[in-house]
Amino acid sequence: MNTVLKIAIPVGLGIAVIAAWQWAVTALAISPIVLPGPDAIARAFVSDFANLSAALWTTLRITIVAFVLAVVGGVALAVLFSQSRIIETALFPYAVILQVTPVVAIAPIVTIWVGYDNINAVLLILAWIVAFFPILANTTLGLRSADHNLIDLFRLYGASRWQILWKLRFPSALPYLLSAMKVSGGLALIGVVVAEFAAGTGTATGLAWLITLATRNLHMATAFAALVLLSILGIVIFFALSALEWALLHRWHESAIAKEG
Amino acid sequence: MPALLTLSAISKTFANGTVALGPMDLSIQEGEFVSLVGPSGCGKSTALRLIAGLIAPSGGTVEFPQGRPETGFVFQEPTLMPWADALSNAMMPLKLKGVAASEAEDRAAAALKRVGLSDFLHAYPRALSGGMKMRVSIARALAAGPKLLLMDEPFAALDEFTRQALNDDLLALWAEDKLTVTFVTHSVFESAYLSTRVVMVTPRPGRIAAVIDQHPPVPRDASFRLTPEFSAYAGHISNALKQAMEGAH
Repeated sequence: MNTVLKIAIPVGLGIAVIAAWQWAVTALAISPIVLPGPDAIARAFVSDFANLSAALWTTLRITIVAFVLAVVGGVALAVLFSQSRIIETALFPYAVILQVTPVVAIAPIVTIWVGYDNINAVLLILAWIVAFFPILANTTLGLRSADHNLIDLFRLYGASRWQILWKLRFPSALPYLLSAMKVSGGLALIGVVVAEFAAGTGTATGLAWLITLATRNLHMATAFAALVLLSILGIVIFFALSALEWALLHRWHESAIAKEG
Repeated sequence: MPALLTLSAISKTFANGTVALGPMDLSIQEGEFVSLVGPSGCGKSTALRLIAGLIAPSGGTVEFPQGRPETGFVFQEPTLMPWADALSNAMMPLKLKGVAASEAEDRAAAALKRVGLSDFLHAYPRALSGGMKMRVSIARALAAGPKLLLMDEPFAALDEFTRQALNDDLLALWAEDKLTVTFVTHSVFESAYLSTRVVMVTPRPGRIAAVIDQHPPVPRDASFRLTPEFSAYAGHISNALKQAMEGAH
């Protein structure tokens, strides 16, 4: 299938669904409180632009910071794990516990500890918890998966532990890390949204809280507009991280061959 | 003339209790091409790793009467860094040894030229064939200017044509650089073509079953494969291998 069709088919489907939606809302006289039409959502973008863009900026900012901290923390801990089996044995189970405990259940506790007046910090912590684990788990695996014969060869030529880590283990782990980043970027966004719902008072100002507020006031078009923004944000994060992965790997990694062929 | 390296009663038992090797005594002179021949899993690779100092022996000693020589190692797999091009791969030993970047680049490029890859300096491993990847691996070992070259079944995964071409090239490089090569293989014909001495190793634990020290003429080229000396040498090795296997059961 050629590139034009690959783009044209899903875009065409999207336009058809929106048109059908618009037609159904008008023809069946569906109340805008139940399901606003695409036209009403478009109008909400214009009339609520200030609220929507402020909420988008809040959600985006916290997502990015949580994601960056997850990458830094995950990689740092993975490096520590790769250098010491004892540290890994001691800490890994707790990283798993942190991961498997539902973030919705932790949210109220963290909110009390950090405080309602620091709600952005609460969102940041919760999003970090969600985004952190894939980075840690994959990078640890990647650092360990370096070719053992290459490690022997590095040793034969007198490489230091640091050189083996930096010149051999880290490049070996890069495909694992980049793949984890694609997962984690999406999870960071989900983490912020879930945390906003779960932390649950009026002090949060992101898109999730805007949805809560709008649905309470039956401003369904605004809620849908916020939802559209969240989807776009998720898509942008995924494509940005895919582009980064391609930029760093396409010259040498096997994963890039299938895309070219 | 003192030996380049001497293994005295060397043995290796792994942590899980497997006795992989020995005890084995072997002395290798400078300029020799010694092949260790035996079935898979007979501890030949372990012997190479002991010589390289990558693992410590459980008993016995590895001695280098003239001091530890500059050592190159070629594995059965090309063992290249996939994220680096051929030139960077060949530069790796020099960079780790602290050779200045420009000199390292010149020496690595020269080594790649010697194995016939001067047009592929900036090719990534994934773009190279199996034989070319093995050439990069050999160039990497040569770039550091080794005196001792340890090779662990380097051509076992290649097709017969590529293997013969690489055998010819290896012989030429060995003669030019006056290398000392310790070569592990399970191919009787490969060992007969390449070696000045063949050491037969028994199945696990690896011990020396026989040493075939017959000295067919050196230097050799591809025409050697057609000579009666080659056939006689290969037949001799083959018989010794058969006897070694029977003795083991």
